Amino acid sequence: MKADPQGVLTGVHYLDGDFACGEGAMAAGCRFVAGYPITPSTEVVERIARRFPMMGGTFIQMEDELASMAAVVGAAWTGTKTMTVTSGPGFSLMMENIGLGAMMETPCVVVNVQRGGPSTGLPTMVGQADMMQARWGSHGDYELIALCPRSPQEAFDFTVDAFNLAETYRVPVLVMMDECVGHMTEKVVIPPADEIDIVPRKLTSKPPGEFLPYETNGSPVPEFARAGDGYRFHTTGLTHDERGYPEMSAECQEKTVRRLIEKIRSKADEITRFVELDTEGADVVVVSYGITSRVARMGVELARKKGVKVGVMRLEIVWPFPETRIRELAKKVKAFVVPEINYGQIVLEVERCAGGQAAAVLVPHGGGGVHDPEDIANAILGAAK
Amino acid sequence: MSTVVEDLHTDVDANEHPIAPFLRMDRMPHIWCPTCGIGTVVKCFASALEQTRVDLDKVSIVSGIGCTGRVAGYMKLDAFHATHGRAIPFATGLKLGRPELLVTVFSGDGDLSGIGGNHLIHAARRNLDILCVLVNNFIYGMTGGQNAPTTPVGARSSTMPFGNFEHPFNLVHLAASCGAPYVARWTSLHIRRLTKTFAEALNRKGFRFIEVIAPCSTLYARLNKLGSGLDLMRFYHDNAEIRHGADTRDAAIDFQGRILCGKFVDVEKPTFTDLMHEHYEKTLGDRYVPMKPEGGWIHE
Repeated sequence: MKADPQGVLTGVHYLDGDFACGEGAMAAGCRFVAGYPITPSTEVVERIARRFPMMGGTFIQMEDELASMAAVVGAAWTGTKTMTVTSGPGFSLMMENIGLGAMMETPCVVVNVQRGGPSTGLPTMVGQADMMQARWGSHGDYELIALCPRSPQEAFDFTVDAFNLAETYRVPVLVMMDECVGHMTEKVVIPPADEIDIVPRKLTSKPPGEFLPYETNGSPVPEFARAGDGYRFHTTGLTHDERGYPEMSAECQEKTVRRLIEKIRSKADEITRFVELDTEGADVVVVSYGITSRVARMGVELARKKGVKVGVMRLEIVWPFPETRIRELAKKVKAFVVPEINYGQIVLEVERCAGGQAAAVLVPHGGGGVHDPEDIANAILGAAK
Repeated sequence: MSTVVEDLHTDVDANEHPIAPFLRMDRMPHIWCPTCGIGTVVKCFASALEQTRVDLDKVSIVSGIGCTGRVAGYMKLDAFHATHGRAIPFATGLKLGRPELLVTVFSGDGDLSGIGGNHLIHAARRNLDILCVLVNNFIYGMTGGQNAPTTPVGARSSTMPFGNFEHPFNLVHLAASCGAPYVARWTSLHIRRLTKTFAEALNRKGFRFIEVIAPCSTLYARLNKLGSGLDLMRFYHDNAEIRHGADTRDAAIDFQGRILCGKFVDVEKPTFTDLMHEHYEKTLGDRYVPMKPEGGWIHE
């Protein structure tokens, strides 16, 4: 279906990434947001708090991020599209109920405008060091989806995508922005509502007596019933059977966890998304995401001037990881160079997928700023030798 | 899957327990110990649902983790067994996501006032439209009898083996101080009064806080040599003092001391949603588009 025009601010705008993300959420049909103030993400909810009362949406500033995430999972069970927004310290607190969202198979969106860490770190300055937390942060085994916009335009577009992916796969979807993208102001084109595709909540067609909340019938994603429609269903964070009833057994655990994993993993090639430039015939491929993918372009140009054949792979959806493509490229290139504003996270995944067939070279940065393109160029030159 | 009863308010089979239609009978037997008070509280709540004839399709129940945290799982309603301490914020999402729902929270003292204490005080402060039932057995039961924020001074728990020396919460006073417009306390002995309170609270708006003192004979009573479940009920009989409208400052519970019961607060007060609507209507006028009662969901 197409977007509800009430939420779509069609036009050409000059917006920062945070505002664009908020506009993306409203365009995608988000009508419930719970959040707690945290730099550098707060502008997202400020934008939403100002516009929601005019489109039938409710924003509530909760007492903390634990509550924000719990409220977002709760509200998602009414069928309303829901989101919360945070940065590192809040992201840590949200992990508890991101796990609940994964276990209950709840469609919702979590935005993390990454800043420097650990702990309180650099509240107003950039980081990309929550990428592994995004993948593994809540305890236990689960899979989810994470997108990495690199511009305010992508902050809008990818937030719309995040809501659609959340509906399709019934998982919490993470928009892993960074402070630079969040606070960078650029042109953002918001299309007319009838040009924005929306995935609505797919409700079960079964009557209450026949509906089982976690019955899959061959499809990896179960059908949904919302609270208040007479289904009187049960859902829990405990390991559960098809009825949503707790079942404490290794067999049920195996079945539950396997399906949570497989519903994403088996579709990884369809879900994951990246942009490649000049990877054909390249000796070195630079793999990057978010703000770093923009900084890396200059490093690539510098290396090319020195005669290195450099390709670029920019990750748009980082989780699930584009494993298949990295494996293919590893057979053809000498090395991957991975600049990221952390001390080695996505590079580990590149190295794993490269499986020893090509080197994976990290260009680290502790945060608080972006890379010097010279450092990226030097890493490319070193890797090309 | 249990059989679906078309109208739970119709007379039930004479051979069936009167509240069976309100329960997930396919989940019986429940996990609660013999003489535990939680089942009694559930019985009273189900009776109140029957008496008030609220539309059960619109009633959601949310629990956190713990012995009382299992209540949602046994009620045949839209039921959510959330994370430890987060029943209230989860319920907040349900209520604001679909305002027509009648949202109830059922959890224990550790869940709601320990790990979830921050949510309790803020929900009371905001006057969210949630009926909150807190079963207080003075101890963490499910994990094996550890000290709770409600354990009276001098009572033993597995983590206060020489007796508790921390000040406990006076929960009805906490809720009242934070602005809850409806605050009551009973013990699980007071089944008729408790049922009446539940029925009354189901028809009220705002953050309704009902504390129910209940026996945990397996842990609290055993660790404190208080005898059997029956002995605890006898204790409630002898030591509960009913005083409606009492000042909640007088309602603190000492170890094996008097238990002040009754309805302490019952005032009319605009809820979070009332205030939000009123404020936006005033400040935004015709531009204000409130969320629909059936929620802000967008569908084909």
